[in-house]
Amino acid sequence: MNAVTGPLESALAELLERFHAAEAVALGRAISLVENERPGFEDFLHEVLRVGPSAARIGFTGPPGAGKSSLLSVVATIWRTRNEQLGVVAVDPTSPYSGGALLGDRIRMSDLATDPGIFIRSMATRGSLGGLATTTKEVIDLMDAFGFDRVLVETVGVGQTQIEITAAADTVIVVLVPESGDAIQAMKAGLMEIADIFVVNKADRPGADRLVKDLRQGLHLRVGTVLESEPVYHGLDLDRIRRKESGEEFKGPGWSPPVLSTVAQSGEGVEHLMDMIEAHRSWLEESGELEERRRARGKVRIQDVVDRELRRTAWHSDALLAVLDQGLDRIQKGKDTPYSVAWDIVNRLLR
Amino acid sequence: MSTIEKEASGSSELLVLLREQEAELSELRERLSRWEQSYAQAQERDSLFSTVSGREIKPLYTPLDRSASQYQDALGFPGEYPFTRGPYSTMYRTRLWTKRQFAGFGTAKETNERYKYLLKQGQTGLSVAFDFPTLMGFDSDHPRSLGEVGVCGVAISSLHDMERLFEGIPLNEVSVSMTINGPAIILFCFYVAAAEKQGVSPRVLRGTVQNDILKEYQAQHAWIFPPEPAIRCIVDMFEWCSENTPNYNPISISGYHIREAGATASQELAFTLRNGFEYVERAIARGLDVDSFSPHLSFFFDVHNDFFEEIAKFRAARRIWARMMREKYQAKNPESWRLRTHAQTAGVTLTAQQPENNIVRVAYQAMAAALGGTQSLHTNSMDETLALPTEKSVRIALRTQQVLAFESGVTNTIDPLAGSYFLEALTDELERDALAIFEEIDCLGGVVPAIEEGWFQREISMSAMLQQREVEAGDRVVVGVNRFTEGSEEDEIETLRIDPVIEESQVAQMADLRAHRDPEAVERRLRELQESSRTGENLVPRILECARVYCTLYEIRRAMEDVFDSYKEPVFF
Amino acid sequence: MLNIDQKIRVLVAKPGLDGHDRGAKVIASALRDAGFEVIYTGLHQTPEMIVNAAVQEDVHVVAMSILSGAHMTLFPKVRELLDGAGANRILLTGGGIIPVEDIEALESQGVGRLFGPGTPTTEVIDYIQNWFVGQDTF
Repeated sequence: MNAVTGPLESALAELLERFHAAEAVALGRAISLVENERPGFEDFLHEVLRVGPSAARIGFTGPPGAGKSSLLSVVATIWRTRNEQLGVVAVDPTSPYSGGALLGDRIRMSDLATDPGIFIRSMATRGSLGGLATTTKEVIDLMDAFGFDRVLVETVGVGQTQIEITAAADTVIVVLVPESGDAIQAMKAGLMEIADIFVVNKADRPGADRLVKDLRQGLHLRVGTVLESEPVYHGLDLDRIRRKESGEEFKGPGWSPPVLSTVAQSGEGVEHLMDMIEAHRSWLEESGELEERRRARGKVRIQDVVDRELRRTAWHSDALLAVLDQGLDRIQKGKDTPYSVAWDIVNRLLR
Repeated sequence: MSTIEKEASGSSELLVLLREQEAELSELRERLSRWEQSYAQAQERDSLFSTVSGREIKPLYTPLDRSASQYQDALGFPGEYPFTRGPYSTMYRTRLWTKRQFAGFGTAKETNERYKYLLKQGQTGLSVAFDFPTLMGFDSDHPRSLGEVGVCGVAISSLHDMERLFEGIPLNEVSVSMTINGPAIILFCFYVAAAEKQGVSPRVLRGTVQNDILKEYQAQHAWIFPPEPAIRCIVDMFEWCSENTPNYNPISISGYHIREAGATASQELAFTLRNGFEYVERAIARGLDVDSFSPHLSFFFDVHNDFFEEIAKFRAARRIWARMMREKYQAKNPESWRLRTHAQTAGVTLTAQQPENNIVRVAYQAMAAALGGTQSLHTNSMDETLALPTEKSVRIALRTQQVLAFESGVTNTIDPLAGSYFLEALTDELERDALAIFEEIDCLGGVVPAIEEGWFQREISMSAMLQQREVEAGDRVVVGVNRFTEGSEEDEIETLRIDPVIEESQVAQMADLRAHRDPEAVERRLRELQESSRTGENLVPRILECARVYCTLYEIRRAMEDVFDSYKEPVFF
Repeated sequence: MLNIDQKIRVLVAKPGLDGHDRGAKVIASALRDAGFEVIYTGLHQTPEMIVNAAVQEDVHVVAMSILSGAHMTLFPKVRELLDGAGANRILLTGGGIIPVEDIEALESQGVGRLFGPGTPTTEVIDYIQNWFVGQDTF
């Protein structure tokens, strides 16, 4: 596989053309190309990403059973009534035993199943552990480039760290339910750091008010004195945030995550959630945070590609594989260690 | 000294008797343990020795397996609390079960002809099978109905169709069972209005409407509204029927579909009864007297392959229902304690391979239903895995019941297997299983929260998967499918075809209906219905008004749906 | 392009109004256990919904379960819509209560193999895997 330079192979060139013509089939196929990392996928992404990002990328994360897909489906439905074009990526876990996956998130969105203004894609994690699939970020890029106003992402809900979503979305919504444990659990799971907006869903159930209160308190601590030495996620200015941690409304130049209550089934609280998503968007744009986040994403992407290319170059090279094999022999005989062999390979790679 | 001994100490004779019994028991225990040791030496056949529900069965049952409870407590007499031995005191000695074969296809006119034929043959009750559009509340001319009109049952989109369905059939004489759930309240009103047109008062109507929405969410999935408004409609019917139709059963609480979807016998038993109690609780919460509606609650169970487990299931169901209704729900009228049930042989056990074998399966299942004391029975036809049954295969299914009733001798005595160590142990076990499942459901917050969490659906799928695995691994023998398959390919039998013209003619009828009714009345009645849906008043009179002015099924559904919303399937993998 | 180590994506769909999804779920689970990525649509799907999902999910196979007798309407309709959407490479297969003559008629209209009740899930898995080898796909 060559670096991103040359012209696309004809099949991909045709796909690109249809992609630019906004054919849904072409987007579907392009996502497979990227998801399966088939030959040429980086060239394709290079062509597609010539237009910069423009879509609002919104992530929904949280423990299993919190109602992420229900909530996503409710807000998507409302955005559709406002004629916004939507891309949705729903990630479900791959079974570690069989390598297969059952992807059932579309069921929730069956009301939108024939709406041409929304494109829903299910992805299996395929062994990735951060709550997204390895290529979900690229798939979001594709959807952005395809021209959607918003790209919504739902992470897996299997209690793994959901940290990946912060690198994929501009606005991260952490969805909890009264049953999903107390605020301490949320803190332990690292959710305080990643949330731009907290939602306590199924808020008509017992324990909801308590969870809302505890979360607010937890956030108060977070931006208050106890953790002052530690920057909050995205490196916000603590002094500015400290002024307004208690309220739900955004006022100042900082952003402190509001804690909202919703009942996705009845739609209660959903309008308010959408207002806060808008408010967060405005803040991102006005504060310059959006540019920073995009820049941070760019950096990670470059690093990822370099990592991937180095890995590929190393392990697809017969010469280096031979070095590895010989190294193993020498380790067996006690003449080398894994470290000396690794250094040998790195040195050859860099040459 | 035990309490019994203390009580008995006044009478030394009794004490001697007790000691003798104890000695006998300990001898029995000893002999059993010796027998078990010698049995342990034996080489068992390579077989599962468990029921299709996965229940382990011991090689031998003895008096030691009997529950401690006394005969009178646990079994009693037929027709008496707790009804383990049968809901009626004389059972099949005075009246055999009703042979009720479910039928319906095509248009109302065609099905009407079939019903008249059946009545001429001496059948006294009818059982209406509706097509899928009707079951889901769609008119025949709705785009979603395409390809399904009249295919698996009869298409009924308005009072007009219902009138034609029963044209020339006196509804004051014939008992009618209707299998419909999501839009049950609407079809029921069409039925009542059709009777009115014949000059028949609701008071004399006899029959049953399935109307069991909880099992739809759990298993069969023909729903329209979310649980709360759907349950409200059912309680509306309980209320209206208890005042207006004293001879009509406004519900048939059904385990059949739960079992067919993959549940085990214990799950079928527990989910069904728990659903029944849910309706009871909702009606009581509405302010209805438990004895005003409970005598009209009827049941419908599956009869699966495992002969003894199925018989035990029917007996356990009656005992649990009676005890709970009397003790927990404080019903005073014995009619409220009495569980009466319809049964159907298990469609899911039929195989497409060597279809004639199905006749044998159905016969064994039917016998289990009779030994379990069912009040009515539908026997499946051998070709139902291939298509709708032909007339010949329906006749064989009916003959199967007649051979059972008149030749086998199982109807000569009441509850003939009572006292079998094995059967009584199984009955007790199933009861214990059910009570444990009730507790689990309560822990989840009750039936509706468990539905919303997808709990029932998950439990059922899991059981279905385990059963499939047993079959595919060859551990569970299915004759003609994974063993004894020689000849499976050759057996082709004739199947029934439905004429696609039916859909066109039904669509044309609808256009005609819409053109010839009073549009103002239609609109007004629908508006009133919608208003009542909001306020919470009983909907039966409102829907009856709509029916009378020929509002269609889908129009009525839509009017309610605007207020009630529609149900969304929970995700549950 | 070779596709031996590639995930096979299958859309398992329940078209029409019948809600009997035991078969669809058993097959969905079995395909997952065989290493497939299975997208389950849920119940009561129209042909348009199914085809839309198939296109967006870019599946290799659409497997429909039909027990309502509406197979002669639904299979050809989904095939037609798939072809119209430029997704003619997708294999359309399925199962249910389908008479032999109908199976033959549908196969002549571009529908793949159809399986009756009681078919071992391994037979379906083998069929899809064998079809997949040799498909030119991403």
